[in-house]
Amino acid sequence: MSAQTDPLYPGMTLEAADRDSHDAAEPVIFGFWIFLMSDLLLFAVLFATYAAMSTHGQADAPGPRELFELGSIFIETMLLLGSTFTFGMASLAMKYDQGAGAVVFWMVVTGLLGAGFLGFEISDFYQFAVIEGAPPQASGFLSSFYALVATHGLHVASALVWMVVMFVQIAVFGLSREVKLRIMRLALFWHMLDVVWVGIFTFVFLFGVVQ
Amino acid sequence: MRLARYLNSGGAARAGALLLAALSLAGCADLGFINPAGPVAAAQRDHLWSILWWMMPVVVPLFVLLPLILWRYRYRGAGDYRPDWTHSNQFEVLIWGLPVIIVGVLGYNLWVETVEMDPYKPLPGGEPMQIQVIGYDWKWLFLYPEQGVSTVNALYLPVNRPVEFELTSASVLQSFLIPKLGGQIYAMPGMITKQNLKGDVAGDYIGLNTQYNGNNFTDQHFDVHVVPEASFDAWVTHVKDSGAPALDEKMLAALQVPSVPEAPDLFSTAPDGAFEGVVEQAMVKGTCGI
Amino acid sequence: MSDWYWIFGNLKWNSLVFFHAFESPSASEEIAAGAALMVILGGLWLVWLLTVKGWWRPLWRDWLTSPDHKKIGIMYVVVALVMLARAVAEAVVMRLQQAVAVNDPGFLSADHFGQLFSTHGTIMIFFMAMPFLTGVINYVMPQQIGARDVSFPVMNAVSLALTTAGAVLVMVSLVFGQFETGGWTAYPPYTGIRFSPGEGVDYWIWAVSLSSIGTTLSGINFAVTIYKERAPGMTLMRMPLFTWTTLCTAILMIFAMIPLTAATAMLALDRYAGFHFFTTDKGGDMMNYANLFWLFGHPEVYILILPAFGVFSEVIPVFSGKRLYGYTSLVWATMAIAVLSFTVWLHHFFTMGQSANLNAVFGFATMTIGVPTGVKVYDWMLTMYRGRLRFTTAMLFSVMFLVTFVVGGITGVMLANPTVDFATHNTLFLVAHFHNMLIPGLLFGMIAAMQFWFPKAFGFRLDERWGKISFWCWSIGFYVAFMPLYALGLMGAMRRSFEWYQPEFLPYLVVAAGGALLILCGLIALFVQLWVSVKHRDQLRVPAGDPWDAHSLEWMSAAPAPEWNFAVIPEVHGREAFLEAKRDGTAYLPPERYEDIHLPAHSAMAPLIGVGALALGFGLTWHIWWMVAAGFIGIWAVVIARSFVTDTGHVIPADVVQREHERWLELVRNTPAVDRGVEQQSENLGHAEAVI
Repeated sequence: MSAQTDPLYPGMTLEAADRDSHDAAEPVIFGFWIFLMSDLLLFAVLFATYAAMSTHGQADAPGPRELFELGSIFIETMLLLGSTFTFGMASLAMKYDQGAGAVVFWMVVTGLLGAGFLGFEISDFYQFAVIEGAPPQASGFLSSFYALVATHGLHVASALVWMVVMFVQIAVFGLSREVKLRIMRLALFWHMLDVVWVGIFTFVFLFGVVQ
Repeated sequence: MRLARYLNSGGAARAGALLLAALSLAGCADLGFINPAGPVAAAQRDHLWSILWWMMPVVVPLFVLLPLILWRYRYRGAGDYRPDWTHSNQFEVLIWGLPVIIVGVLGYNLWVETVEMDPYKPLPGGEPMQIQVIGYDWKWLFLYPEQGVSTVNALYLPVNRPVEFELTSASVLQSFLIPKLGGQIYAMPGMITKQNLKGDVAGDYIGLNTQYNGNNFTDQHFDVHVVPEASFDAWVTHVKDSGAPALDEKMLAALQVPSVPEAPDLFSTAPDGAFEGVVEQAMVKGTCGI
Repeated sequence: MSDWYWIFGNLKWNSLVFFHAFESPSASEEIAAGAALMVILGGLWLVWLLTVKGWWRPLWRDWLTSPDHKKIGIMYVVVALVMLARAVAEAVVMRLQQAVAVNDPGFLSADHFGQLFSTHGTIMIFFMAMPFLTGVINYVMPQQIGARDVSFPVMNAVSLALTTAGAVLVMVSLVFGQFETGGWTAYPPYTGIRFSPGEGVDYWIWAVSLSSIGTTLSGINFAVTIYKERAPGMTLMRMPLFTWTTLCTAILMIFAMIPLTAATAMLALDRYAGFHFFTTDKGGDMMNYANLFWLFGHPEVYILILPAFGVFSEVIPVFSGKRLYGYTSLVWATMAIAVLSFTVWLHHFFTMGQSANLNAVFGFATMTIGVPTGVKVYDWMLTMYRGRLRFTTAMLFSVMFLVTFVVGGITGVMLANPTVDFATHNTLFLVAHFHNMLIPGLLFGMIAAMQFWFPKAFGFRLDERWGKISFWCWSIGFYVAFMPLYALGLMGAMRRSFEWYQPEFLPYLVVAAGGALLILCGLIALFVQLWVSVKHRDQLRVPAGDPWDAHSLEWMSAAPAPEWNFAVIPEVHGREAFLEAKRDGTAYLPPERYEDIHLPAHSAMAPLIGVGALALGFGLTWHIWWMVAAGFIGIWAVVIARSFVTDTGHVIPADVVQREHERWLELVRNTPAVDRGVEQQSENLGHAEAVI
């Protein structure tokens, strides 16, 4: 029914072991890429707002230098980068048909790493907002900081919910075509969040401390 | 014939429209920058007309040819019929080329005029007089630091003397416009904008806030009096000697309360730092009032 | 905070609009109460009608749960027409107020007037224009590219549900509490919690957010559909122009709605959680809002106008009996406009005090949009050149668009100049300009689309007599209403003014009010046209499906089209696919073989999400937190539950398809092909005699 005959979508494909699902993936994965693009745009807007606010929105509240500690940020970065690797393993397990067990194992590891990331982030927020007296209400700069970082955190949290739903689906349906396509999309989503975090790590935290 | 009737009335509607447009442009009462009282408004008006004329080469052909085409190629009309005619290099060059040329000319013009008419650039004719403007809900405060007087909702300007306004707002976004003098600039809390103007025709005009800021938005207009230099000096002396109150902290605080003054107020001082105080206050603590 | 806060939030007895009309009766309050009453009575009437006619079940089964892009499109247009009626009525009230308010307070309160211009703008953009064009795109585009549906049919229904929830929220604001007064742009700090503490801005925030999320999803859906679902042989450069403009609009939707969603979310954080994005204190900066809003707002203008350009590119060639002139030019011009639309947003605030060079860059970029737009206008004119023009209502609206749009283009080029903008910004000159772009450039296009594709959708044409009455009222009304506003603007009359102090303005305001009344007549005539056409549908039937001797694929099926659009996906060999097929004599040939057709199954997901979204929006507006939680959890529960549904499609057996299709082919064979001269008469049964 579609005009295209050979799928063109980028990223890890199912071509190797499951040709049918691979063909069905084309419009779905393509559509998801477009969604990711618009989601990235949301982050772009938040980054731009942060860039503007961090130069002239600090008022009399603490600025990035007083606030940021690279220690826990580094741990968060490692956790998230590690989780991208483990999700990659899950995708490979799916691609080469290594069975639901392998896929679930790597996804569980990914989820744990993601949850760890979130835990550290929440403790960071607690540290900033409560202990150091810099809640988002304190200045425009802090508003934009929390908005940007927490939007990323909320994305990670919703990806974790999604992951739990996928565990249930694997249990109910096994690795059916629909489930595979959903895991592929979750994988893309997860990797995008990692890319966004690299941006946050660099532009918000590193630059903030260096300035 | 039905078709003829449509076309005729179409023509009539267009003619009526043009007439209306012409009427509306030519028949403007002695208001607005179309009847300027200063060089900025005059330049803006001239620019407006020049754009209109430069647009003519692209729009006149349409207005002339379209009715002709509608008539000539009507169903059962006399025009030849070539349903598969979809391309012509000559026409392509013309319909892309002509707009490109016109936009090129107009764009060049735009650049020159924009830089020339930058509201931040002082106008020729000597050192500009400084006036600080603070927008409140729903009134304007004018401070004359050099003369040491201030007014609410009354702006006195010496004729032919360039003026530089510095603006800020003590409430929300406001927009400062004196239609007869041209130009318009936002007044924003915590920020300072500038507008250079000059009145070269003495007279009484109206000034506006054009940015909606609540129920009494419409009432936030002020009187502009462009007067001869001597009268201006006499006015300053009069304000200082007439026993007008000083613009002290209490007065400034009173202005923060949203209100519409019955009549313009005059003050015999223009305290240093009052303007900067409002800017600073907005930036750090937020505007008080409300 | 009352004892009932945990149940009713900030909603109180006296939030009901009637309360004020009762407590302090005035013309203004009674108008508000009357409007609220109309909403309630309208709702009750609808419930009554559905009950009496027994339409609840069909409404749910055949419409609300339907993933069919055609039905979704029609529902979008219905939403748009309802909202159009309200917003036009508001415009008339405002024009009348201004005409009597010269040195006189008039009959409206300042606050009521503020709400009127805010809802008028918000509705016209988000709940009239957007649903209208999304509806037309939904109906037409998949058929035009030879597809059975959009790529994500259920998501399509979700978009509709979100947009409708937003529209309902705006309607609800007529009954409970007040809408905001900060205009459709809702500039902070005025709309911040300090200066607008009530529920009004919250209504705006959530209504607009719902609509913008729905629109983003629509954009993704349309883009993927066009990239992935085209019939074999339909290369990009063979797509009909309407599909091209849809593609550009979809791309703009994907990119442009996000900044708006972000801006409204930040404004909400400021208002609900004490953040400082746009406040006047603690480093908040309202200029960020202006940038974000117009980063959306300017592409939005082209989201609105491009589909109408597409409509004119379909209507004009068909009623000129001729192929479209300058297809390639039009495609490039469309793309150029789409790209340029992201480079001009600053022209909405030349007066914010940035450097002259920056203003000049954006002014120049703005002006360059005049080039592709001018090219388009000439292309349409040259399409008519050497044609045989038939002045149906759709064609008349298209021709009037050309003329009127050019007038708006002139003032647009003027306003692109920062110097001219300084003198006219925030005046009625600006108001006249954007109405001069959007009424012909959007509304005339959508009305033309409705006239043009209505017979496709319902199987009978719209009454031409009432169509033409409507046309003349709209066209003359437009000029009478808006030309005086240009003059007023040049005289320094500001926008959003509920009272005047310059007696010189009076004659212009009175004329403009007369124009508004004429426009109202045009709208009423449009509704009368619908009613008359339904009543006389037997004389207007075009079952064979091609009433206008049209060119593109969507006409190559019965009217109305079957659920599956095409019995067999057509093979495309050229630009005007249906025209080519009619010339080759292949348009009405039976296919070699029929196959089973897979279609998406009906799903209750979309209406449930719509209800959840409405609860979420209403709860947030009034701080009814249990409702917010219920709406939020409800929406995601539905989404997750849906992911467990495996039976997401149904199959139409090949023999059913064959039976239906052959019945239609038989019908076409038995329908006399008619000459274009009787196109507007009852002889036209939808089988066109080949002319070219």
